[in-house]
Formats: sequence, structure tokens, C-alpha cells
Amino acid sequence: MLRAFVVVVCFQFAGEALSRLIGLPVPGPVVGLALLALAALALPGLQREVEEVSDLLLRHLSLLFVPAGVGVLQYSDLLRREWLPLLAVVVVSTALTLAVSALAFTAMTKRGGEDTGA
Amino acid sequence: MSGPADFWLFLSASPLFWLALTLGAYVGADALAAKTSRHPAVNPVLLTVLGVGAVLLATGTDQQTYFAGAQFINVLLGPATVAFAVPILRHRSAIRRNLPAIAVTLAAGTTTGVVSAVLLAKLFGGGAVLVASVAPKSVTAPIAMGVSREIGGLPELTAVVVIATGVAGAIVVTPLMDALRIRDWRARGFAAGLAAHGIGTARALQVNPVAGTFAGLALALNGLVTALVAPLLFRLV
Repeated sequence: MLRAFVVVVCFQFAGEALSRLIGLPVPGPVVGLALLALAALALPGLQREVEEVSDLLLRHLSLLFVPAGVGVLQYSDLLRREWLPLLAVVVVSTALTLAVSALAFTAMTKRGGEDTGA
Repeated sequence: MSGPADFWLFLSASPLFWLALTLGAYVGADALAAKTSRHPAVNPVLLTVLGVGAVLLATGTDQQTYFAGAQFINVLLGPATVAFAVPILRHRSAIRRNLPAIAVTLAAGTTTGVVSAVLLAKLFGGGAVLVASVAPKSVTAPIAMGVSREIGGLPELTAVVVIATGVAGAIVVTPLMDALRIRDWRARGFAAGLAAHGIGTARALQVNPVAGTFAGLALALNGLVTALVAPLLFRLV
């Protein structure tokens, strides 16, 4: 498990380095995700190695957003001042984006026949 | 250590106390969410933030003191993002089969996310800085903050809107999908990850593994596409 964690952190670091070095507009961890997926396609043992630690990290993904969420509270003045446009964007635009995405996805998969995924 | 006041001074200055409080509050919130069979309104992120926030407010603790403990949790966001490689690899044949749907949904969803945020912000009287700050709201915070800076927004405001979007999306996704009669876990998950990044994905993972995988994929892909096209879209609107 510890060795697997080191592997994941190394891929994150490689992602950060690559993102910085060639000036990608994408943050290091997302580049690290792509690097790990590509590396595991070439070396199937790698996926088994990192499976357990990845599942653990993702099982409690919600927890990892708590510090950033608590950080929001320090902007309470700004939120009080601009609450109306912010609320409109956060609620309406998010719901609209959810609806358009899900409808587009089902429209596309229905045309191509049923597929239960998994 | 002479009395309770001194003891509190010692305790509240220790990063360990704030780390323990965050973990404890989350375990409690998660247990409550599990007890309600993951009712959408009982969102563990929101509950934990409110609980911890109330303690900070009641004790007059500043963010720096809190973050000295909470940073140990925050730093795991990077490895967790990398960890999405695993569910994506596991479901790679389903992903390959659905590539056309993924591409079309990405184009439609990314455009809707940016354009509707900009138009709504303008409609409800937001100034230029606010409008630019909310444009990249649907993607993960580091990407959104970078885009915001590039188009003249305030990255700190963007971070706030990103978190709020994630929480709102995670709460709204289940009832909204039920109302639209969308039962396909791939579509529900992909929408959650696209519109509400990691917090929407965390919700999807708790509900269904296929939804979680497609959410993780959408989170990564929308991050990529938004970083590349949001500045362009923003100038067009």
C-alpha cells in the first residue's frame, strides 16, 4: 500500500513537472492521471499495484474537499455583497449544465443502441 | 497548564486538533449520509464544512490556524486526481464503446457550462470581474483558477464559486436526473463530473461505480477542454 502510494505521488510529480516544463494549461495532477493511465496500458502490473490505494483515496474523495470548502467562509463579505448573481450562476447554470450533458449523452447512446455500461 | 483557558490555547494552536476535528466531523457527516441512504440533501461535504465552520466562528479561529492542520487533507487532492486512472482503466472498454457520446456530450456540456454562467452573471447584475470569475465554475479548482486569471477574473472568487458549484451539483443531480427520467448511470455520472467536478464525482462514486467512473472521466476531460477553449468561448459571448 505504501509503495503504491509512492507510485501515485511520483506520477503526480511527473505530471506537475511535465505541465510546468512544456507550459501545459492543465494542472499537474490531471497530467499525472493521463501518464498513469498510459503507463498502465503498457505495463498491466501497474494497475494492480495502485488499485488498492486508489480505491481508498476515491472512496473518501468528499473529505478532501472540506478544507477548500471551509476556506470559502472567509469570503463571507463578498458572498453577502454579490449573492444574487453568484446564486443564479451556481444553481441555474449548474442545473442547466447537468441537464444538457445527461440529455446529450442519452441521445447519443440511444442512437447507437442500448449498452448497460459497466 | 493552569486552567481550561490555557488548555484551550494549547489545543487550538495545535494543527493536530484541527486535523482531528475535520476528520471527526467528516466521519459523523458521512455516517449521517449513510443512515439516510445517501439522501441528496444530506451532502457530507456541505455538512462537514458547516460543522467545522461553526467551530471556527464560535472560537474566533482564523483560516491560517485551521489550515495548518487541514493542509494534510488538502494535499491528498493531487494523488486522488491521479488515482482516477484506475476506474478509467477498469472501465476502458465501456469508455471506448461510448466515445462518440463522450465527445458530443463534452462539446455540449462544456459550452453550456461556460456560456450559461456568463449570461446569468450578466443578467443578474454581476460586474466584469465577477462575470470572468464565474465562467470556468464547472471545472476542478486549479484549472478554473488558471482560466479565471487568464480572462481577467479573481482566482479567489473563482475558487469559492467552484466549491459552491460542486456542492450544488452534488445535491441537485439525483432529483434532476430522476425528473428527466435519465436512468443510464453512464449519462448521470458523466453529467455530474462535467458540471460539478470532484464534488459531483464524489457523489457519483457513492451512488454507483459506473456513474463514478464516467464522472471521473468527465472531470478530467472537461478540465482539459475548458482550459483550452473557455478563454475563447468567454470572448465570444
